[in-house]
Amino acid sequence: MSPRTVTFAGVHVPLAFEVAAARAVAGLSRLVGAGGGTTVPGKLLSTLDPGAVDRLAARLPAGTATISATNGKTTTAAMAAEILRPRFRLAHNRSGANLLSGVASTLLAAGGAELGLLEVDEAALPEVIRRVHPRAVCLGNLFRDQLDRYGELELVAERWRAAVDALPRETVVVANADDPQVGDLPAQIHFGLDDPRVARPALQHAADSKYCVRCGTPYVYSAAYVGHLGDYRCGTCGHARPALDVAARAIELHGLERVSFDLQLPDATRHVELELPGLYNVYNAIGAAALTHALGASPDEIAAGLARFRAAFGRFERIAVGDKTLLLLLIKNPAGANEVVRTLVDGGAPHLAVVALNDAIADGRDVSWIWDVDFEPLLDGLDRLVASGDRAGELALRFKYGGLDEESIEVEPSLEHALDRGLELTPAGGELVVLPTYTAMLALQRIVAARGLAPPYWERAA
Amino acid sequence: MNVRVAHLYPDYLNIYADRGNIAVLVKRAAWRGHDLEVTAIDMRGPIDPGAYDLYYLGGGQDREQLLVAPDFAAKADPLREAVDGGAAVLAVCGGYQLLGRGYRGFHGEDMPGVGLLPLETVAGDRRMIGDVLIDTEMGPLAGFENHAGRTHLDPGAEPLGRVVSGFGNDGESGFEGCRMGRVVGTYLHGPLLPRNPRFADWLLAQALAHRTGGEPPELAPLDDELESEAHAVSSARARTRGGTY
Repeated sequence: MSPRTVTFAGVHVPLAFEVAAARAVAGLSRLVGAGGGTTVPGKLLSTLDPGAVDRLAARLPAGTATISATNGKTTTAAMAAEILRPRFRLAHNRSGANLLSGVASTLLAAGGAELGLLEVDEAALPEVIRRVHPRAVCLGNLFRDQLDRYGELELVAERWRAAVDALPRETVVVANADDPQVGDLPAQIHFGLDDPRVARPALQHAADSKYCVRCGTPYVYSAAYVGHLGDYRCGTCGHARPALDVAARAIELHGLERVSFDLQLPDATRHVELELPGLYNVYNAIGAAALTHALGASPDEIAAGLARFRAAFGRFERIAVGDKTLLLLLIKNPAGANEVVRTLVDGGAPHLAVVALNDAIADGRDVSWIWDVDFEPLLDGLDRLVASGDRAGELALRFKYGGLDEESIEVEPSLEHALDRGLELTPAGGELVVLPTYTAMLALQRIVAARGLAPPYWERAA
Repeated sequence: MNVRVAHLYPDYLNIYADRGNIAVLVKRAAWRGHDLEVTAIDMRGPIDPGAYDLYYLGGGQDREQLLVAPDFAAKADPLREAVDGGAAVLAVCGGYQLLGRGYRGFHGEDMPGVGLLPLETVAGDRRMIGDVLIDTEMGPLAGFENHAGRTHLDPGAEPLGRVVSGFGNDGESGFEGCRMGRVVGTYLHGPLLPRNPRFADWLLAQALAHRTGGEPPELAPLDDELESEAHAVSSARARTRGGTY
């Protein structure tokens, strides 16, 4: 046992009892309206007995797989779940409760599950994989994100490397070759994009990992797709993107609606139609494809699962509100928000948007990241911006100094009022674009649920 | 008037939204009828001491800071000449550390500094992260800090301000930043200038003074309602949650 282990009243409590107690707490948490009860039971369990997570994971007959990344882990995991559902009963933390406590809660609630499919927070990954002994690990990408919480990018990358190095040989590591930090980790399967036609002309302003992970020379990109993800090579030491085992080719972007591509697997090629837009979702799809391939899914199962897939919670989610539609697009860091902006602009830039910035721990207390987002492509089309959330004023400044006329900016810190104002300004039959940070998105979901427009997230996540 | 800004290492030192500071200077100059011209100076790019009125140096992760430090140290002489000639400097976080004599990093690496400010920085084992509020001659400044480095000012050196809430230079002395005439180094990002418009204008006036060779001008007031609101929220955050690990 680790030194941090808490033995409850000095007595070893049997797992079954802990499980029952923790499940009861989940029910209570929902009853008192504290939220979805998605992490409370897990917190209780991991406090009572940290080793319980190990034993819960060991009960799954088909083992577990983990998915981690700065951006796209929730969507990638949800895509993998859609692919695997015909084959396995899953224990999947679909609502994004991705710390050890959330993983524990998911494993607790999933009686009868065969395979654990776990989205894991990047900082929590080392501990989670040490405990659940995954049979496959999917490593997506590392972008600068919540520096106040995670520390510098290099630090997260170093911890990932140590965690991957400690894995037994039978664990399959699936890694994004297009991210220099991640592609450099030892992996059996590398995935990436192979279609320079859809590359960006240059690296974005806030690109991370621009310098060779081995010698520090700036990489030369023959294609930069999303942030620093792309086909890179170091002119000094020769470090380059590894060969791709799973790739997306012939990518066709269809505005705000969907994207299609040819999925090259190690043993077959399938055409994939994805009902989600954006190049970043192609990364999510090929990550899910590579992982589920490692777990035994066939090429047809993979293509069919991806075709069935619909937006994960709050990520490009459309919610009908009377004769109008809400389009919710989570923003949480520069790289992710840049892709949301790019996808919006590709679909015809909106005239009106509600952007909501909170600064709770889950959003990042440091809001400086909004200045690294390239919001500028939105400004041309924008007639009105409703800035909302606890840091609405800061957000308004971002747009003011970005060049939006101050008269076009409304500051409305209350999310409920901002939503109503946005809907009031949206014509009948129109769509209101809302870009919230994480806790703002949860709050908006609660507001929408309270009005009976959508079921609460913990029910959809069940 | 044409104000010339040198933005040093924008590709390397940009971790805390440093371009927000630049955007504020550009706009607030333009609203007063001045044209702010920003030149990026990168690795091996020379500094022509007379060519710029304001030098800006942002923050970087340890790795990027380590990459630029030797190059920057080699620019010490022309930079000192520029400052002696009255040019203004704003350096934030990693850039601030490099304005001193040097920085001993987390893994023990020694980074040379340019020695422009009388201070030294040593990495500590815990990062000092959080909202921060300080009192300065130019009024209260609100920002966010995130640094492992403990910066120690030489005796007699002037801090930029006194910590009201937050860690500041070293978490102990109650000092934040360092100021020597028109040269300012600070840990405050957020970025610093959007929510501290009075300080942004002070800096702009120093740059204009260098440009004209005269006194810093009085700048026409602007409508800073949004800026004040953002400042108030940021200050309140520092008061309630700054300076705690």
